[in-house]
Amino acid sequence: MDGVIGFIQDLGPNLQLVLERMPMILDGVFITLLASVLGAALALFIAFAFGLALLAKNVLVRGVARVFVEFFRGTSLVVQLFWLAFVLPQLPYPLGFQLDPLLVGVLALGLNYGAYAAEVVRGSIGSVPTGQYEAISALSLSPARGMFRIVIPQAWALMLPSLSNLWIQLLKGSAIVGTVTLYDLFFQVEQLRDRTGTWFAYSFALLAYYLIAWLIVILMNGLEIRAKHQIGRGPALKDSWRSLFRAPGSTPGGGRSARVVRDRSVAKAGTAGEGGLA
Amino acid sequence: MNPNSSWWDWDHAAAVLPSLLLDGFKITVLATVLGTLIALVLGLIVAIIRRSSPPLINAPVTWVVEFIRMTPLVVQLVFANLVLSQYINSTLAIGICVLGVHYTTYMAEVYRAGIDSVPTGQWEAATALSLPRVRTWRAVVIPQAIRNTLPALGNYAISMFKETPFFVVIYIPELVRVAQNYGSHNFRYTEAITLAGLIFLAASYPTSLLIRRLEKKLA
Amino acid sequence: MPENTAPTGTADVPHIEFRDVVKKFGDNTVLDNLNFTVSKGERVTLIGPSGSGKTTILRLVMTLEELSGGYIHIGGTPLQYQEQGGKRVRISDKRRRRTTTGIGMVFQHFNLFPNMTVMENIVEAPINVMGLKKAEAEAKAEALLDKVGMGWKKDARPNELSGGQQQRIAIARALAMDPEILLLDEVTSALDPELVGEVLAVLKDIAAETDISMLIVTHEMQFARDVSDRVMMFDQGSVIEEGLPDKIFSEPENQRTQDFLRAVL
Repeated sequence: MDGVIGFIQDLGPNLQLVLERMPMILDGVFITLLASVLGAALALFIAFAFGLALLAKNVLVRGVARVFVEFFRGTSLVVQLFWLAFVLPQLPYPLGFQLDPLLVGVLALGLNYGAYAAEVVRGSIGSVPTGQYEAISALSLSPARGMFRIVIPQAWALMLPSLSNLWIQLLKGSAIVGTVTLYDLFFQVEQLRDRTGTWFAYSFALLAYYLIAWLIVILMNGLEIRAKHQIGRGPALKDSWRSLFRAPGSTPGGGRSARVVRDRSVAKAGTAGEGGLA
Repeated sequence: MNPNSSWWDWDHAAAVLPSLLLDGFKITVLATVLGTLIALVLGLIVAIIRRSSPPLINAPVTWVVEFIRMTPLVVQLVFANLVLSQYINSTLAIGICVLGVHYTTYMAEVYRAGIDSVPTGQWEAATALSLPRVRTWRAVVIPQAIRNTLPALGNYAISMFKETPFFVVIYIPELVRVAQNYGSHNFRYTEAITLAGLIFLAASYPTSLLIRRLEKKLA
Repeated sequence: MPENTAPTGTADVPHIEFRDVVKKFGDNTVLDNLNFTVSKGERVTLIGPSGSGKTTILRLVMTLEELSGGYIHIGGTPLQYQEQGGKRVRISDKRRRRTTTGIGMVFQHFNLFPNMTVMENIVEAPINVMGLKKAEAEAKAEALLDKVGMGWKKDARPNELSGGQQQRIAIARALAMDPEILLLDEVTSALDPELVGEVLAVLKDIAAETDISMLIVTHEMQFARDVSDRVMMFDQGSVIEEGLPDKIFSEPENQRTQDFLRAVL
């Protein structure tokens, strides 16, 4: 337990040291944010492209999408990261090139979590009530217009909680990119350890990730509130700004019945519990 | 660019496969099974505490659970390994505990949703029969709650399996670490890493199909 | 016939024609060799026990269900399948959509689009399917909303409204496409009893003021009696009795019809 006591005794000087090292730490924060945001953008693109392909009428399109999704979900993030970093450069022409570490990180994160998110997109679109599809048909709207103007806006509200959870998973997963020489937040904070001791350095790292995760949660809560309001389920953002700070996976509004309804929609959205990884 | 490079070399594949399966995969499976057991048990305890304790206990438990869930497993692994290695001399044991505790926070949430989905009428009926509290939990609530949660718990177990490679940061020789070691010793990564990925796929895909079937059956 | 107008019935061509229609769900045959026609401007009500295939008929006309056998013609134009050289050939989705442009449907559960306002719900198809200008479509929508008594809610979202209000908007939405045929599928079944009247009143007005052909499935027998030209009693996938509403409701001949009416009236 001397670790904890030392942690408290040295808190002042250690914080001083953090201030001194701030430029490097901020570099790390920037890399972590960049990898998480670009990774999430790629994941979102993949999610919609493959999520829609999973619903295609054409068997070939559906089959290709299914293989892609199962492959990237099934082979583990770290394997994909190492494959891009170590195997790709060893392959013969026309492959055999070394990617920039940032690109390796973004690609691995985007492909892996994008495959999970594709399943979320598929599930959410599938859980838009059939009556909506029938109304689209009865009004003779084209399938494409119906999909983009009517189905996806409703599915968007359903998929946001799961996408929010996946984005946090992606952020947490990004802490591994130090192993392929991308100098992110975790890497930079580890450099503090020699001077500050283990307890301070790692507590600092965890807290930093926790705060970044909360930024994502708040942003995604905001999008979810807005999306729900736009389909007439829930108040406008300005009337319910407090729910921006709702923890992910916790009960909206506190009521048990609300919880059940939400669970049902999440369960329909296809993935584990609250948009887990499996 | 390496002029001697080839797409695939069966000699390397044959050389690395035994150690991937017999050493790496064994540890990966061990970690998954033990980590899952820890998460299953602790998760249920946490869920019950959160459901039945006063705010004074509930609030800090909730915060700690949320903190662990929202911070990287990788950081937690390195941190715990540095702190605990002076008391516990098995890195694998530390890794398994951290993995188990990390996923406790997910499984607790699954249990909680499962408990919440047991209709209020069940609690009321138990009260009406004057069942003791412990009996209400054990005989009425938990059996119903767990049934609803089985697919989600199973999915998290698969998810743990696929996150065991994060153990590379504390040098536990699980599947990916073994592959990486082979690669760096022989300057040849292609077969080792690719096979590691295929082993993950071969193990996780059928399992997730099984869970999907279970999900349909319970729905 | 011009390319973009939906087929209309004339004096000698029936507006809707079912020819040897078969519909199966798996092994379950819901409609078995069904034949009937609806003339231009005619209002036909389908009654019968649930599961007798009434709703399926409406859904087949709207192409929400795929025919298992036989043909449906709308104003002489084949809808889902056509006969070509002795073979039954599927008609492309695009051509089906062109035919169904003139067919409107009101659903039991309204199926308004929750992500759009009332006004957006109504102008969506006129603008994007009929090619109306936004201003035209909105003017038309306002007139229709006034007609169903919902003009004051044009900026509301569907989920803010009562079931009766939503259903009246769904009726306006269907009418905004200038349908030649209107399909009413148990439009009051999902409503609280006190809201049924407002919806039926709107429909009676429309029946009186237009000559839209209507195919109606309802459990509101008084309404059926008021608006229908003809009533068809269904049981187990076939028509067991049909005739003028007064005849069917007052002196049904078939035993099954008598039993059914005694149970629901």
